[in-house]
Amino acid sequence: MTRYDTSDDSVVVIIGSGAGGGTLANELCHKGFKVVLLEAGERQSPQTFRNDEWFAFKQLAWLDKRTASGSWRVARDFPNLPAWTCKTVGGTTTHWAGASLRLQEHEFKAKSIYSNVTGANLLDWPITLADLAPYYARAEDKMGVTRTNDIPGLPGNNNFKVMYNGATRVGYKTVHTGRMAINSRPRDRRASCWQLGFCFQGCKSGAKWSTLYTEIPKAEATGKLDLRPGAQALQIQHDAHGKATGVLYADRGGKHTVQKARIVCVACNSIESARLLLNSASSTFPHGLANSSGQVGRNYMRHTTGSVFGIFKHPVHMYRGTVMAGIITDEADYNPKRGFAGGFEFETISLGLPFAAAFLNPGAWGHDYASILEQYPNMAGMWIVGEDMPQATNAVTLHPTEKDQFGLPIPNVHYDDHPNDIAMRDYAYKQGAAVYEAVGATRIIKVPPYPSTHNLGTCRMSEKAADGVCNKWGQTHDVKNLFISDGSQFTTSAGENPTLTIVTLAIRQADHIAAESARQNL
Amino acid sequence: MKIKRREFLRKSALMVAGVSAAAAGASVAGLAAEWTAGLKTLDPHQAETLLRMARRIYPHDRLSDAYYIKVVEDLDAEATAKPATARMLKAGVTNLDRISGGKFANDPMPIQIVELKKIERTPFFDKVRSTALVSLYNNRDVWKEFGYQGASYPFGGYLHHGFNDLKWLPDPPESASPKPA
Repeated sequence: MTRYDTSDDSVVVIIGSGAGGGTLANELCHKGFKVVLLEAGERQSPQTFRNDEWFAFKQLAWLDKRTASGSWRVARDFPNLPAWTCKTVGGTTTHWAGASLRLQEHEFKAKSIYSNVTGANLLDWPITLADLAPYYARAEDKMGVTRTNDIPGLPGNNNFKVMYNGATRVGYKTVHTGRMAINSRPRDRRASCWQLGFCFQGCKSGAKWSTLYTEIPKAEATGKLDLRPGAQALQIQHDAHGKATGVLYADRGGKHTVQKARIVCVACNSIESARLLLNSASSTFPHGLANSSGQVGRNYMRHTTGSVFGIFKHPVHMYRGTVMAGIITDEADYNPKRGFAGGFEFETISLGLPFAAAFLNPGAWGHDYASILEQYPNMAGMWIVGEDMPQATNAVTLHPTEKDQFGLPIPNVHYDDHPNDIAMRDYAYKQGAAVYEAVGATRIIKVPPYPSTHNLGTCRMSEKAADGVCNKWGQTHDVKNLFISDGSQFTTSAGENPTLTIVTLAIRQADHIAAESARQNL
Repeated sequence: MKIKRREFLRKSALMVAGVSAAAAGASVAGLAAEWTAGLKTLDPHQAETLLRMARRIYPHDRLSDAYYIKVVEDLDAEATAKPATARMLKAGVTNLDRISGGKFANDPMPIQIVELKKIERTPFFDKVRSTALVSLYNNRDVWKEFGYQGASYPFGGYLHHGFNDLKWLPDPPESASPKPA
């Protein structure tokens, strides 16, 4: 196992080993860079994963205390769990469902195209779909996305059969088993999908792409990676010239260490990335590192979500097989006639009985709620994932009084639903209900958003330094050798599940870091 | 209703370890005397109150009291480990009896629901509800009752165990849903 000295200032330090950080580490190692990968969580494997919702939640989820505020219902239902992300090697790629969709061309120009959405802090991305297309192709190949690279789609399960029949009866045209980073055939030394039904709990067959057993071991095989699990980054340090010099972290025992670095890349998922920059404030950067714009932590997005579950006369057994087993993409376009900007997808979703009880209507009790759960086998489910509006006041901030186990302020996540988000969700609930009613649903359950798994925008990329935190390469406007390498770069949320784009941006960022290093610019 | 209730108690008695079949048909209080004996922190009255409360929160006629007794046992375990929880539960039970004007556990079911409505925003209620949520719905025996099969890895996944066995709707075309490899 490769180990670099903490005083070795020729290493690239990447914080976070998920879709962004894990991919970036592998790409850089293959280009010959020395990489120290700090991961707050521990290392699991398909062998240690369990088909058990509560066990896996405790094993994988980020459970350090956070607070939530704002008008979103999550703040009421889960005041200390605004997000469902992971603290483990592989990050939230252990938990994600695998849906891998490219952003659409118009979504890179939300400000120009949606024009004046009152209260929205919209901005155009400093890049276009054309800029990303070749990197999307590399990401799809790397991840083995079905319906790309001649990889067949996955077989649909019962939950998909219900969705498909309902969707086509109401006139939707594009309904299939999706573009999924789940092997439909053995590929890249990973098995094909066993239809385990536990995508969210860590894939025990290894069919679902996760940096845990793809990018990270590949990076280790180069001999260039020094992976440090159980290492919680506390602060990014800098010199008098405003260049990042290293990262202060606490190991499992609580011992503080500074790892020197020539380049620092932040990929901690949007809440922790923003918190780390804010916690790295200094006399030179009194408002937080890379925060001259004041945008660090702001424009927090989490997608407009919600779920529709239908109860039928006959059994469905939705929990059997891939969780996101199918998709309806007809609503993904920009069509303001519907009463909102942006688009959304429907994707099947299933919950086991333990989580169905916890999430179908958080806090509910009594005969009516119990009667819903009694019909569990006859239930089908779909999730709404759509573009939400960035708002300056939707923000990750440092809690004024509460501190974590390291004495640092915990994050507060504030989110108010924008009227556009509410209009989209209401429309999607109505359409989703129509899909299920078309195939005989006897009851429709409109389920509020779960704690956020798509956390975006808190270090957004922008053409101008005043509008955002990083440039089109994820390089921060203020600190040349500091990069943002996760979904917090997203200028706007777009309507697609973000992982494919996070991986795409990481591949592209690695190329940029290599090119700039070769030119002696870094 | 009365007969049904006795039937639950009889089943409960048969299912709960350490409870003799002689308790079959016993009064609530009589049964309580048996099943609460193993609790470390909660007294029989508190335990009985919490049992009734758990039944009202997630009422499933198909489930015997045995499953709800597990909720009280889990609450007792936490109360034993955390004095703050013990205090919260004791105060909560006292408050419920105060609202009842007698003993909450002895009130008719519709009255109990009205009484619980009055405290549903309290930390005490949420503690009982959230404990019941996990105790009940994360119980493998309950899964069988509710048609949830749980872990599929031990038998190789649902791929060959019914992941696409739904027959009451036509199969989608292969372009939308390819055949398994």
